[in-house]
Amino acid sequence: MNKRAPVQDWASDFDHRDPRWVENPYPIWDELRSRCPVAHSERFQDGAYFASRYAEVREIAYDSEHFSSRRVIVRETKVPPQPAPPITSDPPEHTPARKLLLPAFAPQVIARLEPRTRALCRELLDAIGEAKTCDGAVDYAQHIPVRLIAHMLGVPEKDGDLFRRWIHLVLEVGISDESVILPTLKEMSIYFATEIKRRGEKRGEDLISFLLDAKLDGQPVSETHMIGTLRLLLIAGIDTTWSGIGASLWHLATHPEDRRRLAADASLMPTAIEEFLRAYAPVTMAREVVKETTVGGCPFKEKGQVLLSFPAANRDPAMFADADKVLIDRAENRHAAFGLGRHRCLGSNLARLEMTVAIEEWLARFPEFRLADGAKVTWSEGTVRGPRRLPLVLG
Amino acid sequence: MAGAKMMRVRVDSERCQGHNRCCSIAPELFEADELGNARVKGDGKVAPALEAKAKLAVANCPEHAVRLAHE
Repeated sequence: MNKRAPVQDWASDFDHRDPRWVENPYPIWDELRSRCPVAHSERFQDGAYFASRYAEVREIAYDSEHFSSRRVIVRETKVPPQPAPPITSDPPEHTPARKLLLPAFAPQVIARLEPRTRALCRELLDAIGEAKTCDGAVDYAQHIPVRLIAHMLGVPEKDGDLFRRWIHLVLEVGISDESVILPTLKEMSIYFATEIKRRGEKRGEDLISFLLDAKLDGQPVSETHMIGTLRLLLIAGIDTTWSGIGASLWHLATHPEDRRRLAADASLMPTAIEEFLRAYAPVTMAREVVKETTVGGCPFKEKGQVLLSFPAANRDPAMFADADKVLIDRAENRHAAFGLGRHRCLGSNLARLEMTVAIEEWLARFPEFRLADGAKVTWSEGTVRGPRRLPLVLG
Repeated sequence: MAGAKMMRVRVDSERCQGHNRCCSIAPELFEADELGNARVKGDGKVAPALEAKAKLAVANCPEHAVRLAHE
């Protein structure tokens, strides 16, 4: 299936689809940080860059003059920019597109979803029931964000398989095979156009209805803008948190001392969740160089694609003491899992709620669990990293 | 130590991007506005019992938007 040549040199020929990177990227990033903090690769159209240190990641994230957000996924072959505001927006369009959505994702608004989140986690745990084994990713983690975002958008929860297929095509397959992108986006656009039409006839208590009544620069939001935003909310809200929950379970399944401590002491939960976010940050963003510049002493050429690795920044020992250790009581943790600067993840409050409740409920039901003997854990490829198969033994 | 000095917290609204770390760590001192960005509750004066939390709020802000001043 994978016909790409294996990487010989990570600094001059990196490939984040390489099976070694997918399986365990942390040693590769450590090597790059000490040897070549900005790696390069010609495997992607117009060349790609990868910054492995916190300082350069931060500098690029703050610099929208040289680094545009119009392409937020590094692909082998570029497709024309597909606006999904505000994630793909640069100043000055970015601020109004973001302000449109911020009130719906403010912490005090998201907190109202806690009872529903808890109830759906319990339903999933009830379904696992008395089983002696389960898959923490397939049977649990993947369902939580899908059901919650479906609820927020007012679309059927049973469409979850469809949503996961779209995400797999756009974020994984589409990195190497651009032919799947436009048909998938079109399918999504048709889905949302139908939903918008439905809300036009009858409003509900959901984000689509909210957008229909919202104003952007004093005007109703155009259907094109709305569809782009809805595609973003669906894509960004699902495999990210699914990965965060899955990686947290993977850590607890493989570190019994942390599992016992956390199960016994709920007061550790906030620092533990922040530490899982730091150490296993799922999301790598991207930028496109729109004006030649130099960062960290390295030239960035116009049109180049940039992997903006918040996960690598979070492992930088220059920024974090014991960066390679997962310390569930780490008190000072200025991690960048939700990005830095104007594009801070809109859904960060939602993601934190989902991760916290998911882990609390899991530990309440299954304080004892571990990886199944000989388990083959598989990790997603590309932009969002998390376990997709996580075979566990319960009890 | 600094004895009589009073600590006061401040949020630089130009830098704050709404990560909400300060509000979670020290809800006595910070709250979110309607956009989810942080603002100081009241006059920002930090009671001695809250000094440790105030320092943690500073140390966990990804945007370096939370400041602590000694007056």
